[in-house]
Amino acid sequence: MNIGTVIQSGIKEIGAHWFRSALTMFGVICGVASLVTMASFVKGKENLLRESLAQTGGLEKITLESEDDLPDYQKHLEGEAKGVTLKDVYALQNGAPLVHTVTPIVNKRYPRVSRRGKGTRVSSLLGTWPSAVELLEHEIEHGRMFNMMEDHLGNNVCVIGTEVRNSLFGEYDEQGQPINPVGEKILINYLPFTIVGMFKEYMSDEDRKKKNEAIARGETISRRNPFSRFRGGDRNARRTQYIYYQKNSTVMVPLNTLVSKLDSSYETGSAMDRKLSEVTMKIHDVSLMSPSLQQVRNVVMRTHKGLEDFEFETQEEFADDINLAIHNERVSGMFIAGICLLVGGIGIVNIMLSSISERVREIGIRKSIGATTLDIFTQIITESVVLAMAGGILGLIVSPILVNTLAGFAEDTTPPVMTSMAMMVAFGFSVLTGSLAGLFPAIKAAKLDPIQALRYD
Amino acid sequence: MALLELRDIHKTYHLGGETIRALDGVTLDIDPGEFISIIGPSGSGKSTLMHILGCLDSPTSGTLKLDGTMIHDASARQLATIRNKKIGFVFQFFNLLPKLTVRQNVELPMVYSGASNKERRERAMDALRLVNMEDRSKHRPSQLSGGQQQRTAIARALVNDPRIIFADEPTGNLDSNTGEMILQMFDKLQQEGRTVMLVTHDPEIAAVTPRRIEIRDGKIANEIDPKLAGDAPRFEQVSSREAETTP
Repeated sequence: MNIGTVIQSGIKEIGAHWFRSALTMFGVICGVASLVTMASFVKGKENLLRESLAQTGGLEKITLESEDDLPDYQKHLEGEAKGVTLKDVYALQNGAPLVHTVTPIVNKRYPRVSRRGKGTRVSSLLGTWPSAVELLEHEIEHGRMFNMMEDHLGNNVCVIGTEVRNSLFGEYDEQGQPINPVGEKILINYLPFTIVGMFKEYMSDEDRKKKNEAIARGETISRRNPFSRFRGGDRNARRTQYIYYQKNSTVMVPLNTLVSKLDSSYETGSAMDRKLSEVTMKIHDVSLMSPSLQQVRNVVMRTHKGLEDFEFETQEEFADDINLAIHNERVSGMFIAGICLLVGGIGIVNIMLSSISERVREIGIRKSIGATTLDIFTQIITESVVLAMAGGILGLIVSPILVNTLAGFAEDTTPPVMTSMAMMVAFGFSVLTGSLAGLFPAIKAAKLDPIQALRYD
Repeated sequence: MALLELRDIHKTYHLGGETIRALDGVTLDIDPGEFISIIGPSGSGKSTLMHILGCLDSPTSGTLKLDGTMIHDASARQLATIRNKKIGFVFQFFNLLPKLTVRQNVELPMVYSGASNKERRERAMDALRLVNMEDRSKHRPSQLSGGQQQRTAIARALVNDPRIIFADEPTGNLDSNTGEMILQMFDKLQQEGRTVMLVTHDPEIAAVTPRRIEIRDGKIANEIDPKLAGDAPRFEQVSSREAETTP
């Protein structure tokens, strides 16, 4: 008996009871669709997290931060704790060969950035050194980064992100050309600063494509309130845009300028004692993560005279967190989707059992004219697999609709990403479900005694 | 050489601790081209005998030779192949598959013997022509009369060119005229050289066959064989006794 005939008769049998088959398939459709949907949402989240990992400096970046909470045995020395300072930066530059690009950063919150009375919200005003460009994965589009000389002199210069430009100057001029704000002056906390450079506009590849197409069509996208894109437009794109938005609305000024001119909390007089928000650096070799951390710790322990008023943040922890979060979501999602498929499978077992008890006589006839046990087994299991496969295909058709609908309802979730891998796995599971579900009914049918089966009414 | 050779066939069933001897030592030879009937009341063991002869069942003891091969201890798979290639069945209730057309029903044995689509179609149409059903090939069994359904079943039994055809009460579900026509068809098939065995409880139907075997309590009670002399009166005896027991 050739397999083509078997499949053909399987399809015919399913078509003969199409309503019953559709109900049975529904379980498999739900299972497959939920598997694909789950995988898409988890993948979307994973992509977002990995993207933000890359955008914030990759695995090689380690950060040294001040820690106010000292270990118990040092509690009485709390008054001595100064946190992370420029001393640490110089000490690390000289004493820790396993790390490079050691850069101090002071993050000033809620700065007032304005021009001609028009203000804007800025995600971060960073007082830092020129090496921050490399460290924080920035690229200069126009002008230049400020240099160490300007830092020493405490000059009023700044480098801005494109969102800041958009808010203060607009994105395009009357001719539809992007505005280059280099050389213009803006006010930061009411002090005039000269813009010496502007960063590239950071956006996802998809958005860049859209934007280029719009430009090619001759449209200029009118400047929007930076937050308007969180309300209107493509909902799915919002979250991804948030990282880029953060990066695009950065303002950097020299560390010295920030400390000496913008910082009201600065009191001791020596810039060397100014508590830094963080000291960020890169390690040469990710595989030497723990010796590098140990080396940094040794150096900093010395400058801090043994006080443990600092802590490390590594991106590795972030990467581990990503893996753990993704793993957990995947397992719980698989579990739920697995239950859906199991229910679908039980539906198939049920319908196949009732189908064979309706067809005992048919099986008897087939056996009496020469069908072997294997022929009957193949026939029943094929019907079950065809049923599950049809359900699987329909499930794959339904899943993009389900994914988009759910993404539309859950506005705060990350945009889901459907992968062909997830779809193939889901389809594979539906076929597996079908074959397992068909096994018991097929064995039962194949074992029927032809004489008994022929007498059956 | 006989087509079918039965030697001391026993078949016992165990039903709820009770042993039922359905066949109790049957010895029988059937030659190629014979037209035979097996008669007996219900419970006599004639159906069991037909099932064993038709390779649907295996005997408890005894030997069975079909076409020179011992088959009493064949596996289920071998029996299926023998049923497919060497045996054709015609049943009282026609046993056609209701979802298939007449032609597809006739093609069914060839599906299991692995013939190509084209060959299946041609041979099915040839078989339907033999029973004058070629113009109904696209109908479903439910659209046919009983006689037409039985002719379709005969075509299905013939399509793999079997060595022997078993007909189990083939006229039991038909009116007498149609039944007569079906019996004539078997007669014609026999005259064309096929071996046909009728299983019935009705002596009148058995009367169309030259050789008649009566089964009672799992044994051959009487046999009338035109090859042996002086059989005619013995058969009369059989049929009169049959008439008494059968209402």
